[in-house]
Amino acid sequence: MTFWLVLTANSITFGGLLFLLSAGFSLIFGLMRIPNLTHGSLFMLGAYIGATFVIGMLGVKMNFWLAAVLATLTVAFVGALAERLLLRRLPGDQLAQVLVTLGLSFMAADFCLMVWGGDPLSVATPPELAGFARLGILVFPNYRLAIIVIAAIVAIGLWLLLERTRLGAMIRAGVDDPDMARVVGIRVSQLFTIVFALGAGLAAFAGIIGGPILSVYPGLDQDMLPLALVVVILGGTGSLLGSFVGSIIVGFIYNFGQALLPELAYFVLFLPMLLVLLLRPQGLFGRHVP
Amino acid sequence: MNGRIFALAVALVALATLPYWMTGVYYINVASQILFYAIFALALNVLVGYAGLVSLGHAGLFGVTAYAVGYMLQLGFGHPIAILAALIISILSMAVFAALSLRSTGIGFIMITLALGEILWGLAYRWISLTGGDNGLSLQTRPAPFGYSLSDVNTFYYATLIIFLLTLAAVTVFVRSPLGAALMGTRDQPRRMNALGYHVWAIRFYACLFSGLLTAVSAILFVYYTQFISPQTLALTASAEVLLMVISGGAGTLLGPIFGAGLVVIVKTVVSGFIERWNFLLGAIFVAIVILMPEGLVPGTVRLWRLAWRKRARRKAIPSSAEAKP
Repeated sequence: MTFWLVLTANSITFGGLLFLLSAGFSLIFGLMRIPNLTHGSLFMLGAYIGATFVIGMLGVKMNFWLAAVLATLTVAFVGALAERLLLRRLPGDQLAQVLVTLGLSFMAADFCLMVWGGDPLSVATPPELAGFARLGILVFPNYRLAIIVIAAIVAIGLWLLLERTRLGAMIRAGVDDPDMARVVGIRVSQLFTIVFALGAGLAAFAGIIGGPILSVYPGLDQDMLPLALVVVILGGTGSLLGSFVGSIIVGFIYNFGQALLPELAYFVLFLPMLLVLLLRPQGLFGRHVP
Repeated sequence: MNGRIFALAVALVALATLPYWMTGVYYINVASQILFYAIFALALNVLVGYAGLVSLGHAGLFGVTAYAVGYMLQLGFGHPIAILAALIISILSMAVFAALSLRSTGIGFIMITLALGEILWGLAYRWISLTGGDNGLSLQTRPAPFGYSLSDVNTFYYATLIIFLLTLAAVTVFVRSPLGAALMGTRDQPRRMNALGYHVWAIRFYACLFSGLLTAVSAILFVYYTQFISPQTLALTASAEVLLMVISGGAGTLLGPIFGAGLVVIVKTVVSGFIERWNFLLGAIFVAIVILMPEGLVPGTVRLWRLAWRKRARRKAIPSSAEAKP
């Protein structure tokens, strides 16, 4: 019984991490119509930069949360730069944009290998969350509970941003009909930079928050990108609710798969994706077929 | 046109006599590698260039074939049965692959093929009882068709060359056939083709199967060349490498992908002799080509050359340049 409960709790935690990762992916896809193949790299970059700050490689040991904020801002800036300097040069040519993000992801992976080497870095959990919580018969690490809470807060924050602010209304307009949005005076190209930076920041934040659980290693990007892809194919592009539900589903399937069918864990992920592709190609909550 | 035929004849003679003028086992092996990667690039080009469907999961299919050969040999079957079984398994996998990814085109197609490729990579990596995981599978022997043992470097090169020329002929015939013309029609005007009564989905599906068959052929050559297969062969970087071959050479041309394969294999072999940062360079070349020369190196150079040529010609005939043809 406890086994199943722990597995369930772990699945929700992992689902929360996936939501942080894939919300940005889904928004970028919804607005710019491209799968951002650097998303795994941004996750890894955030994790590495955060770990550098926490471990104190630059000489100063930082508080975990300060490091998380700094890493998020750095990677968001990198994302904005990549959009401004490279993707902006290929307006409307989505295929070329995808290929550029692919090239960038290889450069980023090799860059991380060059700077941080091949050995995994482990990140200590922040001391204030080091203990365990007792919930009835379930004993569960505080830190993992905190991830669920953080993911929920970010989800609510994103929802408020998208549904209740002027910027959010402009982004929704851009997702639904970019041409019409331009006609009514929304600078959609500026939204591209903002959303790209936001998505990059969220991915980096997920990376550093996930550091104490997953540890940081070369190849982390290649592990996370397919998961984000599956979440978005499942949930539908450009929909916050879609990435939320998709993340939880994938979190459950991935964790249960790894516990019950370790050799085929990756393959079981494929089944719900297959069903959705066959029955509902735009995804569970998608607004348009990609 | 005559110059073109002459150049092709020279290239053919050079390829046929390569072991005589290029001494050294190492270089002949590099030439074999270029040839079977060229087959792989031709296979992907059927989709990328002629069908307008960019696949980022082809290394996954390539890996399925290679693992099938390795696994069948490990079970104790002979080479002919292993090859035949691998071909059948590959075509079936390609059919499933195509049925799923042809649910959409454009970016959706890229995304689904990418996900499928990554899943195959994950399977190869984690399904240790079947694939040996990170340790991979080794092949003990190479086959000896008609009594010529492929363990010999020159024989392997000639076998690869013959298969390569057959593939090139097959692709040429395919592209010029009515089916090839219909395929290019579905690339440029899918709605109009549909209105004209063509079954767009079926045409694309056949193109996928053809591409899958050629991919399997190149993968069989690959696995006999390296006599080893590991999950690295299925990684996204491998799919990207072959896509780079197609794009750098020029997608939708017959000879472009072959030049691209030569370029990528040579740069990779030369560069990895000096530095370990091949992936960084691969990414940088990708970004540079997409931004600076999107139509590929061969058509791009031809375009620049023609432009320069025309300018010179125009300068000679200045009085009548007013109605110069565009």
